[in-house]
Amino acid sequence: MTETRIPKTQVEFQAGPESENGAGSEATAANVPPAISEVRRFLLSRGNSSLADGGFRWLMVICALSIFAIVVLIGTVLVRSSELTRAKFGFKFFFDQMWDPVNGNFGALPFIYGTLVTSLLALLIAVPLALGLAIFLTEMSPKFLRGPLAFITELLAAIPSIIYGLWAVFVLVPLMRDHVNPILIRFFGWTTLFSGDNLGLGFLTSGVILAVMILPIISSLTREVMTAVPHSQREAVLALGATRWEMIRVGVLRNARIGIVGSIILGLGRAFGETMAVTMVIGNTPEIHKSLLATGNTMASVIANEFSEAADDLHLSALIEIGLALFIVTIIINAIARLLVWAVTSGAPARVN
Amino acid sequence: MASGLAILATILVILPLVAIFVYLIYMGASSLNLAFFTQIPKPVGVSGGGMANAIVGSAIILALSSILGVPIGISGGIFLAEFGRGTKLANAIRFTADVLNGVPSIVMGIAVYALVVKPQGHFSAFAGGVALGIMMIPTITRTTEEMLLMVPHAIREAALGLGVPNWRSVLSITLKTASPGIITGCMLAFARVAGETAPLIFTVLGNSFWSTNINQPIAALPLQIYVFAISPYDDWHRLAWAGALVLIILIVLAVSLVRYVTSRGVMKGAS
Repeated sequence: MTETRIPKTQVEFQAGPESENGAGSEATAANVPPAISEVRRFLLSRGNSSLADGGFRWLMVICALSIFAIVVLIGTVLVRSSELTRAKFGFKFFFDQMWDPVNGNFGALPFIYGTLVTSLLALLIAVPLALGLAIFLTEMSPKFLRGPLAFITELLAAIPSIIYGLWAVFVLVPLMRDHVNPILIRFFGWTTLFSGDNLGLGFLTSGVILAVMILPIISSLTREVMTAVPHSQREAVLALGATRWEMIRVGVLRNARIGIVGSIILGLGRAFGETMAVTMVIGNTPEIHKSLLATGNTMASVIANEFSEAADDLHLSALIEIGLALFIVTIIINAIARLLVWAVTSGAPARVN
Repeated sequence: MASGLAILATILVILPLVAIFVYLIYMGASSLNLAFFTQIPKPVGVSGGGMANAIVGSAIILALSSILGVPIGISGGIFLAEFGRGTKLANAIRFTADVLNGVPSIVMGIAVYALVVKPQGHFSAFAGGVALGIMMIPTITRTTEEMLLMVPHAIREAALGLGVPNWRSVLSITLKTASPGIITGCMLAFARVAGETAPLIFTVLGNSFWSTNINQPIAALPLQIYVFAISPYDDWHRLAWAGALVLIILIVLAVSLVRYVTSRGVMKGAS
């Protein structure tokens, strides 16, 4: 439908000057010739050629295609630079718990475990809060609060990872160590999920800071999806005698559920890739522990930590392979999430956050 | 009950933000002084010193990244909004841009390391600029497209009807009409990469001395905050807080400006 519009514009543009020329020269002959011809000369001197148009168009196409090129380039570079470990360890790399740079043994399992545990913890904490915030903002907040609250969530999204990390190191870690963890150990110690040394660092603290960081993206996308639900749905449910909460549950949440799942998956993608804040509070030990209070490491933070110190090529290649895995996983996650969100907002350009 | 829960969730979301800001201002303001902006870091044990080199380094890296990211990003947006509207190619590019937006910054860092640093044989400000520039492209492309879509057709048609060539009409009419929105979009992308640390660790490496050479390792504000924060010295911690405060002030200013411009409806006249 729109494809037909483009040629039409071109036809208009080609026809435009000619018809104007024709009309213009007739008018000039009758009235004031010099002024009009000057306008024409001015316009013509501005480069009225199909060559310039074609060139401009191609330049724009090339710049737009560069986005494909970037993705392909990153992919190939990562694949080529991780050749060494892929040849030596193969797929076993992802299932081996041994990470021993000194003896040249590399397995990424502890980092995959760390990434999964911290991200899932973050989702567990962030999803209810983000949903609550989105419901509050779209369905019940008074008008004057809506703007400031949306602004605050935007700000939360704009705070750099490093500042979250700084805050986590000096405020969250002592808080968890002295106040939260002792309570968890006392009441839930029997699950063995909260046992061992209480350092304040570790999976749980990382999960909490990650939750704060992925909250804004989940809640703003959820809000977007919920506003996309047509008003007639809400009115229909209310007309059937539903309370406000039933209306939100049946009329809004159920209609928006695909998009909400999409935004949660997008949040998961963010959590997978978050580096600095997690690096600063997770403790950086390549070990697998059942206890959430234990220290560990994630895929992103092991790269941040060891990359600039990696002495030999094998170590470097192992880290790059972890990066490659992260790249592929986040691309897949983001693609799925975007498709789900688009399915609800029906292809309208999603807001860039 | 349910509304109580929603309100509770809202409060719980605002709480960390307030906590972070209060703490930043409290810790940062007490360590922020003139020396912070004029001196380079002192060695361990000597009190005082500042992050002048890191601020200048960040400015250089960000300038490099903008040179790379802004023109390509805006051109990509022009293609999506003006030439490719509704085509399969445009949809694919839009989708890829969104996906690229979600790729972790640390992966960009490794890729640029393998692409620029390793062949060159040394860390450099240039490599950092490339990494951040690549990260700016998808964001700017998408915001530019959105802003251009808001420009009404009548304006384009008026320009074409006057005999202005298409490229000229796009550049001086459509783009100009949408320029406030596009500029704020660029600032948002700028603010986003200004705080990025992960891709800088192994592209610019950091530097404790003055350097403005784009072919050499250079200091950067977020990187310096990271190095100081994980160090065991109190003096350095104070500098890290001050640096964080400066960074967050810049970012809050950018975000508020964006919000002000978009809510004031600069685009209102156009749409």
